[in-house]
Amino acid sequence: MTESVREIPGILAGLAATAKRDLLLAWKRPGDVLNPLFFFAMVCTLFPLAVGPSAEQLEFSGPGVIWVAALLATLLSLNSLFLSDFEDGSLDQLLVSPQPLPVLVIGKTLAHWLTAGLPLVFVSPILAITYRMPFSVIGVMMLTLTLGTISLSLLGSIGAALTVGLHRGTALLSLLILPLAMPIMILGANAVSLAAHNDIYSTGIWALGAYAIASLSLAPYATAAALRISNE
Amino acid sequence: MTHKLSADNLTLIRGERCLFSGLSFALESGGLLVLEGRNGCGKTSLIRAVAGMLSLEKGVVYWDDVPVEKQRQEFHGSLVWLAHRTGLKGDLTLVENLGFERHLRAHSNRDPEEVYERLGIARLKKLIVRSLSAGQQRRVALARMLLSDVPLWFMDEPFTNLDREGRALVLELVDEHLADGGLCVMAAHQDFEVNSPMTRVKIQ
Repeated sequence: MTESVREIPGILAGLAATAKRDLLLAWKRPGDVLNPLFFFAMVCTLFPLAVGPSAEQLEFSGPGVIWVAALLATLLSLNSLFLSDFEDGSLDQLLVSPQPLPVLVIGKTLAHWLTAGLPLVFVSPILAITYRMPFSVIGVMMLTLTLGTISLSLLGSIGAALTVGLHRGTALLSLLILPLAMPIMILGANAVSLAAHNDIYSTGIWALGAYAIASLSLAPYATAAALRISNE
Repeated sequence: MTHKLSADNLTLIRGERCLFSGLSFALESGGLLVLEGRNGCGKTSLIRAVAGMLSLEKGVVYWDDVPVEKQRQEFHGSLVWLAHRTGLKGDLTLVENLGFERHLRAHSNRDPEEVYERLGIARLKKLIVRSLSAGQQRRVALARMLLSDVPLWFMDEPFTNLDREGRALVLELVDEHLADGGLCVMAAHQDFEVNSPMTRVKIQ
């Protein structure tokens, strides 16, 4: 057995396999995907009932409400990112695999974004219509939500990795992530508001893009380091 | 190609407790290292430390005479670990679980069907792992070892949950692996016999 040349699969194979496995798990347990989505839809539909249905008020508060709900829904889904892997021992197996851990983390985060972030982006237009958002603004909102949820998934993975060994780490996770997530929400909601007032909104989009790229290049390393510490 | 795993003067402290200190061993291709000791004495911790998942207070682990922290990827590419927790996803079938592992490390040219047949799990292929018994899940974890092409096996209590026939099978697989030039580090309570040279390390 030792005579043969051992060929370790490439890093893209590792990334794709991790993402595929998590997507398959999400497919088999659709409840985990749908829960944050229902939460998002519920907050967005309940809000107008509470503050009153005046058109002016809805138009004014729409971007903010949708963004706050999206942020909270993403936080809700982050807790389980590494939890089941930690509990069934597959995190150990990932840690002793020859694949670079940051790459596997990207795979897992990609799957998380596809199952938690992207559905929010697709559901948001329906909710935006109830806030009387014009079609041109809905496009801007979807773009900000896309960029924002990418950053949230990546930054959230750091918090999820740090709190994975703790029981009931959800509160701590939110506390850790909120300072990093706040700018995303402010930039996103602000850009949508500006677009609704026919103002220049591109600055916010660029800033969100920069935030997403910075998260993509730094967060996986931080998450990998945090996972090694948490799993000791 | 022969390999060598050695440890020099390992000391591990967990919290306030010193689990072991000044522990050294050397293991070459074809050798079996058995870790003995009562419950909670640190057998699993030793395996985790050697695998690089726990940081040691003192001491160095060498793989082919190079410290493992200098070649973590190379070292991890040479080992597979049968842990106490199987590391299998309960919601996936065993084929899906093992198919995922296939993309992580080098895989052997054994035919998966033959491996399933040999481990007695061939007829469980369509079931999700959660619905299997603890012993059957162990057998799936053993399949992971057989399907990967690595010289170093870590086995943490491999006999847990297995029936008599399963325990004999584990020893048979270990013997085969060692005869093939592999290395094995095993934590075990029970006494057993293998045909290969065996070193015992007792953790106090």
